[in-house]
Amino acid sequence: MNRRELLKSAGALAFGSSMLPFLKSTAWAAPNDTAVVLIGNTINSLDIHRPGTNRPSYQVAVNVYDRLVTFGTRKLADGSLAYDYDKVQPELAESWIVAPDRKSITFKIKPNATFWDGSPVTAEDVKWSFERALALGGFPKVQMGAGGFVDPAQFVAVDARTFRIDLKRPSKLSLPNLGVPVAVIVNSKVAKSRATAADPWAAEYLHRNPAGSGAFKVERWDAGQQLVYVRNDKWAGGPLPGVQRVIIREVPAQATRRALIERGDVHLSFQIPNKDAQELAANRKIKVTGSPIDNCLYVACLNYNFEPFRDQRVRQAVAWAIPYEQIFRQAAYGRGVPMWGGKSAKPVSAVWPQPFPYATDLAKAQALLGQTAYKAGFEVPLSFDLGEADWGEPAALLIQESLGKIGIKVTLDKVPGANWRTVALVEKKLPFLLENFGGWLNTPCYYFYWAYIKGNLFNASNYDDPAVKKLIDETLHMEKSDPAYDPKVRQLIQKAFDDVPRIPLWQPTLESAMTTRMQGYQFWFHRQVDARSYKLV
Amino acid sequence: MGQLSIILARCLQAIPTVFGIVVVTFLLTRALPGDPAAYFAGASATPESITEIRAKLGLDQGLPRQFATYLKDLSRGDLGQSISTGQPVAAELLKRLPASLELTLTALFLSVMTAIPLGVLAAVHQDSWIDQLCRFVVTAGVSLPTFFTGLLLIYVLYFLLGLAPAPLGRLDLLHVPPPHVTGFLVFDGLLAREWATAWSAFKQLMLPAITLALFTLAPLARMTRAAMLQALASEYLRTARAAGLSRGRVLMVYAFRNAMLPIITTLGMVFSFSLGANVLVEKVFAWPGIGSYAIEALVVSDYAAVQGFVLSMAILFVLLNLAVDTLYTLVDPRVRIDG
Repeated sequence: MNRRELLKSAGALAFGSSMLPFLKSTAWAAPNDTAVVLIGNTINSLDIHRPGTNRPSYQVAVNVYDRLVTFGTRKLADGSLAYDYDKVQPELAESWIVAPDRKSITFKIKPNATFWDGSPVTAEDVKWSFERALALGGFPKVQMGAGGFVDPAQFVAVDARTFRIDLKRPSKLSLPNLGVPVAVIVNSKVAKSRATAADPWAAEYLHRNPAGSGAFKVERWDAGQQLVYVRNDKWAGGPLPGVQRVIIREVPAQATRRALIERGDVHLSFQIPNKDAQELAANRKIKVTGSPIDNCLYVACLNYNFEPFRDQRVRQAVAWAIPYEQIFRQAAYGRGVPMWGGKSAKPVSAVWPQPFPYATDLAKAQALLGQTAYKAGFEVPLSFDLGEADWGEPAALLIQESLGKIGIKVTLDKVPGANWRTVALVEKKLPFLLENFGGWLNTPCYYFYWAYIKGNLFNASNYDDPAVKKLIDETLHMEKSDPAYDPKVRQLIQKAFDDVPRIPLWQPTLESAMTTRMQGYQFWFHRQVDARSYKLV
Repeated sequence: MGQLSIILARCLQAIPTVFGIVVVTFLLTRALPGDPAAYFAGASATPESITEIRAKLGLDQGLPRQFATYLKDLSRGDLGQSISTGQPVAAELLKRLPASLELTLTALFLSVMTAIPLGVLAAVHQDSWIDQLCRFVVTAGVSLPTFFTGLLLIYVLYFLLGLAPAPLGRLDLLHVPPPHVTGFLVFDGLLAREWATAWSAFKQLMLPAITLALFTLAPLARMTRAAMLQALASEYLRTARAAGLSRGRVLMVYAFRNAMLPIITTLGMVFSFSLGANVLVEKVFAWPGIGSYAIEALVVSDYAAVQGFVLSMAILFVLLNLAVDTLYTLVDPRVRIDG
């Protein structure tokens, strides 16, 4: 019976003790200095420019690298913190001057800005990094293009500390676009020393070994498990972070993440499902912050390729038949900003997003549909991304039920995540779908640019209106202070109200749960962990 | 035929199988829905940037051409580069395989240590309370999904009682992995004389291993019981008893040894399916094994990674079958492996 005894003692070993083991490294033991953050997905690269780098990896660009500029902080109504799009602040640049013709911006780099290896940050580094973002293609190139940076010749290193960007046309998006995660500044001397003929931009090296000037350095990266940041005490980009070390742990199972934060074994569980947020809000030991995601809407798109949806009255009928309240309660768990039931059929301001003038009114929907050739109803599949099924599925089911009441027979079509992008956004062939685009740059015209111009990626509706296109072309680069800007944006919103190719369901929030010790949590448009402001009390 | 030539012959037989697997996985991954180029081009990609990425991935070439490139790389032992993790597939699998093996082997050890005594006792004392217990354990083991058992164990032992450590993967937050020798953290910790690290790794291992053991225990206990019952009812056992051999000798030497053949077969099967089946356990316990690697690769249509995973699993299965067959010849001298 030796085996059984062995088994018994093994069991006793496993359960008998929860005492803390001796610590290998004393530095790791300082609990006030080390923040532990949980994420649900995996970081796959330390280089944001590399093709294939996924969204969760953008946090490395934020924490480890600097940009020329960053954004200020604003306090939201509930007391939580968020970035302030309207306040562009220095990060590596000390100051900048916009030329009188607004066709170039000249930056002065901070004299004390140094990379981790001690070498100063020069204009040459900035130029090289921006050229790299364009050269490696893919998303970084597209995002640089949003600011009007398309040609390497636009980047000019005037002298060691002076960098100039020449613009093809003046745009209000140029300066803020230098504060997005993609516009990082890399230590070009280190990178060049690792470059090869086949890999002139050192993509192989920087993928695993960041070379930056940012607030944190990467202490270790165990791909698929954890990333450990350690503070760079010589950081020139802003106030020193409040924590010495940040451990980012990847825990895929939602239930496990929830158990960990409820037990208080971690400080922050980043991006939790709305259901958990709703339930944890009642827990006094946990603080739940839900920050509205700027310039982002969960919408139902009606595709103009689908014959019945070409009729404006049919689209409006659908907008009147959507059970907004129920969706908000059951798919969003009450966490988000309602985007229906606007008081007036005319936009009251140029604020975006704002509630659309629709609510659930089946009689009105029926009447509108009755005026069309489709009064007998029709059949349409409603598609959603299985990767977004947590809100997509309940929302789709509720829409299916409600539209059934006015004679529109909806079938559900679940599309696997890997396939979604191709069929929904690239081929744009789904007749009726749930979509969740949000723009990094927080201006209404930017949203309209991506979602209301024919051919642009997020216009899954194939919406095409010459007046709208003209308005977007006029406003996209126009300064917000221009007196013509507000009226034109209002016209755009009016068109969105009337034509409803995209029916907003609600504005989503980014929900995170933290222990009461965690302070300084701040929402960013990139929706990733920015540990530079975190403090433990 | 000598032992060595048998093994060699078996290895040769495996070559067509492995080649078949290479072809099938290559075709299957191409048949996956989704366009990796569109996926990796990321948010706000334009048609041009998608084309750029497609060319970079070599996906703009025809299938035969892609297959030829794949075979050429494979012949050099290069499984390709995973586009989603940016690491060579072979290196990544080698890094993650020990985690899966450590978990599976521990679980298998636990379940063998429980299932075999339980099955033997259940057969010897048929319809007694121990037989009922065996039935209960077997039924529960096959009917409870592993993620459910895992979450239940976390809920009770970690969340409510605080006995188990936080389910945060292979090591808790306070320890760094010991120098890599075997890749099994408990062993490596002991080898490096980092007792606390080894202890932490051991504690982290227990909960997922028990979860997986509960799942693998069922077929083993069931098979042990059935094989023992058959052996106990056989004529040679009656002869042995009639010859006045001691009860212990009758049971252990005559009955159990003869019952071992089907048990070893089951063990081989259980081992292979639990290597694949622990994906859910890996997810629940944030365990960085090959199962979760394969799932993540599948989700993003990461061809090289999926192919590498399937291929290495196939080779592992071939080796396992070989080991099982070799074990047969040791257990039962009548077994011969021929052609």
